[in-house]
Amino acid sequence: MTLTAGVVAVQGDVEEHAAAIDRAARERGYEVTVHEIRESGIVPDCDLLAMPGGESTTISRLLHSEGIAPEIRAHVDTGKPLLATCAGLIVASSDANDDRVEELELVDVTVQRNAFGRQKDSFEAPLAIDGLAAPYPAVFIRAPVIDDVGDAEVLAAWDDRPVAVRDGPVVATSFHPELTPDSRVHGLAFFENDAAVVPELEDHQ
Amino acid sequence: MSDSTDLEELRRGTDLVKRGFAQMQKGGVIMDVVDKEQARIAEDAGAVAVMALEAVPADIRKRGGVARMADPADVEEIVNEVSIPVMGKSRIGHTKEAQILEAVGVDMIDESEVLTPADDAYHIDKRDFTAPFVCGARNLGEALRRIEEGAAMIRTKGEAGTGDVNQAVHHQRTIKGAIRELEGKSHEEREAYAREIEAPAELVHETAEMGRLPVVNFAAGGIATPADAALMMHHECDGIFVGSGIFGAENPTAMGEAIVEAVNNWDDPERLADISKNLGKGMKGDANVDLSEEEQMQGRGV
Repeated sequence: MTLTAGVVAVQGDVEEHAAAIDRAARERGYEVTVHEIRESGIVPDCDLLAMPGGESTTISRLLHSEGIAPEIRAHVDTGKPLLATCAGLIVASSDANDDRVEELELVDVTVQRNAFGRQKDSFEAPLAIDGLAAPYPAVFIRAPVIDDVGDAEVLAAWDDRPVAVRDGPVVATSFHPELTPDSRVHGLAFFENDAAVVPELEDHQ
Repeated sequence: MSDSTDLEELRRGTDLVKRGFAQMQKGGVIMDVVDKEQARIAEDAGAVAVMALEAVPADIRKRGGVARMADPADVEEIVNEVSIPVMGKSRIGHTKEAQILEAVGVDMIDESEVLTPADDAYHIDKRDFTAPFVCGARNLGEALRRIEEGAAMIRTKGEAGTGDVNQAVHHQRTIKGAIRELEGKSHEEREAYAREIEAPAELVHETAEMGRLPVVNFAAGGIATPADAALMMHHECDGIFVGSGIFGAENPTAMGEAIVEAVNNWDDPERLADISKNLGKGMKGDANVDLSEEEQMQGRGV
């Protein structure tokens, strides 16, 4: 059985997500083919999706101009899993507090861009995450803060501020789980989320 | 919800954090701007970051004299204007200009040959900084020496301000060619190669194993059109710096948007054709084959 994964690839750290998806799948004995999505027409075939870190203004702009945005909404509407990290979280949120970003409204949270500060304030730290046994090495880069959580469930907080949430089939993080070799967050988002359905795995049950 | 975080364990300015910043720029276009109005146009056109400088390279060339860091007040204005990262240029070896840029809050420092070098023997010790650095390179040895000094991103050293992409292509081909050659070598041959190109052996091995530079590798210098940007992506660059090409063009907004879209569609000729239509006049430029060695910037800081 081979899973079909997609990484939104209009801008950002795409290869890192592709490698993390591959590791998480292999650890569970699945083969996976990862597609880089820079145009419409590929998302509908994907069992699971990642939206990477990068610049949310650029990613938002290209997702809409390339016609990928409605496909991602449809993906989540059918209950297939999505992992959105940093800029991905901002784009997936219900409100980014910024006219320069057109939100996809896939996660019921409001966010503040760059709320942890500029690059000089970027940091790494071990982070306790619900569903993971040991702390996760989290890397925060000009990271957004989740400042209002609606229906979403908070999975992790840093300094009392939510930094990882789950809303149905979507897991979103302020930090970058794709930057370290530890693929547990990808595992959590794609294979250990009861609210998400991976079609290829369902078909083989 | 988990909240057992230990704030004591927070670490800033690590290699992971610096290189991670550069990784977030991938697939993006970083645009040179000289004031906040240009910065706004660049952000609206889809730039992933802006490079704040006093004059674009084409004007630095025309003006002559010593080219220095921009006025920190101007850099600060740009930092306050846009939500995307802001980079600033310091002279090669000018630790103080770099510290000033870091103090102003720039997100990345470009230790740049476009400005007049302050030190003809040493580059800045970039490991001392919390801010990440980008440096130019013409070949693998130069690239790995800069990474050893702490650079978190490498860019080609194409002739800035010429509008001629020739040298950026040449540098990128040289770096990629050297890496391909390296991949076929044995351990001891790689050690000898490291000595030959005057690069640290450890980084040579790491590059050979990864099959690419250990940090993000952008194209810079002479990129003036969407087709130029697509060409550099075709040559496996991770992203693009555009200097005089945007604001030296007749219609900066149209040119900026087109270059952003071209980077996303670099392997789709039909889309590139549409993207390249009706953009108005590009920057005039100077073919860099006509430049004497003294007029060239790329030989500065090797």
